[in-house]
Amino acid sequence: MKKGKLFIALSIICLGLLFVFPLWKITLEAPQYPRGISLYIWISKIAGENQNTLKNINILNHYIGMKPIVPESIPEFKYLPYVIVGIMLIGIGCMFSKWRHIFLVFAALIIVFCIFGFVDFYLWEYNYGHNLDPHAPIKVPGMAYQPPLIGSKYLLNFKAISLPHVGGYGLGLAVLFSLLGYRYDLKEKKHA
Amino acid sequence: MRLKHLLLLMSACLIGITFSCKPPSEKGKISTTDVASRVYVKPGEYDEFYAIISGGFSGQLSIYGLPSGRLLRVIPVFSQDPEKAYGYSEETKPMLNTSFGFIPWDDSHHPELSMTDGVPDGRWVFINGNNTPRIARIDLTTFETAEIIEIPNSGGNHSSPFITENSEYVVAGTRFSVPIPQKDIPINTYKENFKGALSFISIDPKDGEMDVAFQILMPGYDYDLAHAGKGKSRDWVFFTCYNSEQEHSLLEVNASQKDKDFIAAINWKKAEEYLKQGKFKTMPAEYLRNYHDDEKQMAFSERKSSVKVLIPSDCPDLVYYLPTPKSPHGVDVDPTGEYIVGNGKLSSDMSVHSFTKMMEAIKNKEFETTIDGIPVLKYDKILSGIVKQPGLGPLHTEFDGRGNAYTTFFISSEVVKWDVKTKEILDRQPCYYSVGHLMIPGGDSKKPWGKYLVAMNKITKDRYLPTGPELTQSAQLYDISGDKMELLLDFPTIGEPHYAQGIPANLIEPNSVKYYKLEDNHHPHVIRKENEARVERKGKEVHVYLGAIRSHFAPDNIEGIKVGDKVYFHVTNLEQDWDVPHGFSVMGARNSELLIMPGQTESLLWEPMRPGIFPFYCTDFCSALHQEMQGYIRVSPKNSKTKLKWSLD
Repeated sequence: MKKGKLFIALSIICLGLLFVFPLWKITLEAPQYPRGISLYIWISKIAGENQNTLKNINILNHYIGMKPIVPESIPEFKYLPYVIVGIMLIGIGCMFSKWRHIFLVFAALIIVFCIFGFVDFYLWEYNYGHNLDPHAPIKVPGMAYQPPLIGSKYLLNFKAISLPHVGGYGLGLAVLFSLLGYRYDLKEKKHA
Repeated sequence: MRLKHLLLLMSACLIGITFSCKPPSEKGKISTTDVASRVYVKPGEYDEFYAIISGGFSGQLSIYGLPSGRLLRVIPVFSQDPEKAYGYSEETKPMLNTSFGFIPWDDSHHPELSMTDGVPDGRWVFINGNNTPRIARIDLTTFETAEIIEIPNSGGNHSSPFITENSEYVVAGTRFSVPIPQKDIPINTYKENFKGALSFISIDPKDGEMDVAFQILMPGYDYDLAHAGKGKSRDWVFFTCYNSEQEHSLLEVNASQKDKDFIAAINWKKAEEYLKQGKFKTMPAEYLRNYHDDEKQMAFSERKSSVKVLIPSDCPDLVYYLPTPKSPHGVDVDPTGEYIVGNGKLSSDMSVHSFTKMMEAIKNKEFETTIDGIPVLKYDKILSGIVKQPGLGPLHTEFDGRGNAYTTFFISSEVVKWDVKTKEILDRQPCYYSVGHLMIPGGDSKKPWGKYLVAMNKITKDRYLPTGPELTQSAQLYDISGDKMELLLDFPTIGEPHYAQGIPANLIEPNSVKYYKLEDNHHPHVIRKENEARVERKGKEVHVYLGAIRSHFAPDNIEGIKVGDKVYFHVTNLEQDWDVPHGFSVMGARNSELLIMPGQTESLLWEPMRPGIFPFYCTDFCSALHQEMQGYIRVSPKNSKTKLKWSLD
């Protein structure tokens, strides 16, 4: 296999990691939670480290008036897996095309997906962190509880740490490999 | 030159004076800083061992960490505990049922860990109730009492519950002989009519369920303590007895007359053969078995009506008596199973029997005499040796697995270390004061973890700040890893620290349950979601299905209760996280509060006596809004028409 196509194949495999590993991880640390509480965001679900984590986070969040996190009510989890499968299939399809810039289209697709993902994730966090019940028992003037997109931030007694997980790194690599694939493929097609 | 010499000499003298001015260290005192670091467990770190110490007359069992001596938990076993609602909640009340009815107290003496191949395995701990003869089994994944079985035909369950090598049986010998079956006769017919029952309680290897497998009807002595053999002696259990004089009054004098009493050696494998052959009698006996149903999360009582009895005269080779001076108290078998130590509490020497010699004597029929069909072996044919003048009032012995034995002396208030083979005394250390039992983790098993020794004292006098006439009880920790024992720590205990067991933390800690899963809770009155909360009336009975979750009860306003009703609050803690218990208490409750672990359902009976509004609230500081976790119940007069309703707005 030529180098260009090899990178494109790698890129597709990296996208596949999203079905095996979480995309993102948010950890909440507080004195009473010596091991922290971790939430994992997958392409198709949001889940805790055990089956009760979400329930426990929702109990804590109700004091400050955050809406309970109900994975079933988040539409992204329903269609995002299809989008990823779609991009992967397009990637495979691109391998049979003779057009020189075909892989640029593929790379662009992934990049657009990433941007969409970031924006969507940010908006979701913003909504959860700002859209508070006015009757919440604990109200701190001026305080919002939006976790950081990436990095860490204190939210009252909790330190929220938000970092990509294996799936997230896979997505990053998918972008990188698709661009590399485009570059090599371009050269290879020139020589041909 | 000379001046230099003079100065040197002078400084040498000064140094000498400085050193000799230091007061000589007090006897038995050791450098405190050094010792402190050896019992110091850093904040947030764990102890190396669990110590499971009985509460004696408190009827409870408490858990300490070693080497720190920190109290971790008190497990209610035989005594009601309003803090935990044990014996007050509808779920736990059946645990204290006996053939005498509900008994809220007992005298709990000897914890004994379950064993696999002669080594504590950390599954269960058993403990005896002395007064109303019972044995309890505590589950060490939850540290809760899981089962209590009553012992029929027993007058006082003291030589109990010592366990066989693979937890086949725990034994229950009677300290007080009584007529069997019980009857109304003059006490002075003791010699003709009184018998001592030694019971063998089988343990189901899977779930630990206990059953009185058989009893042996022995001559009417006082069967004081016991221990099972191990290794080569694993098929035997040894019981000490005093009062072979068979007296029934002023025993302190009358039962101390004979030079020798006995250790009864029971071959339980033989007993099993006789049972198979059907050589037992079935006697009517009334006793109860109470057990906790883990699925239903509540205790049930089961009534039993008969027991299988073996009579030694019908069953040759089942029992032998080993003559032992003088009113022996503890009987302790070393880790190899060869040496049987009889702690003759009124004797100036200690007799150690040899299991090999005992078997030899049985083979050669070296019998002194026979009592009620039980051969008495010749003392000098079974003796391994004598520990000469070890101290006064030997009570109990444990072992370190390195060939050493440690015996407590009540009267001379000390622990003495001696060599099991040579019987040579190696060390002695004072106890403060009047030590009873001692415990080395695994020290009565095949493989002791011989690092620490805990002495359990009967008297403390001046050892702690006084608290009026009633002083704290206490235990003492010694380091026994070196040649000499070293006192490291005194620590106060709950009730009388009678006997204890110790086990490395890693055999228990990983299995400790963090919370109960709601989906596995099949309590008949469970609710698994807040929207299942409700109130139901059945005649005069009202059942309140109450949910507790941070930081409210559902429902928290209840109306339509009437004076004369029996209100059952079935409170389910809906939390599913570690260490989030909720409490429940209601004004005027004449029993106790409830303390409900996550995923658990507990029920409290409340009988309102007068009309009005009565608050209820959470007693366990559960969260930032714990104070707000409260509710009201409206109680109306007996014949009022107030409608039953409930809400959470």
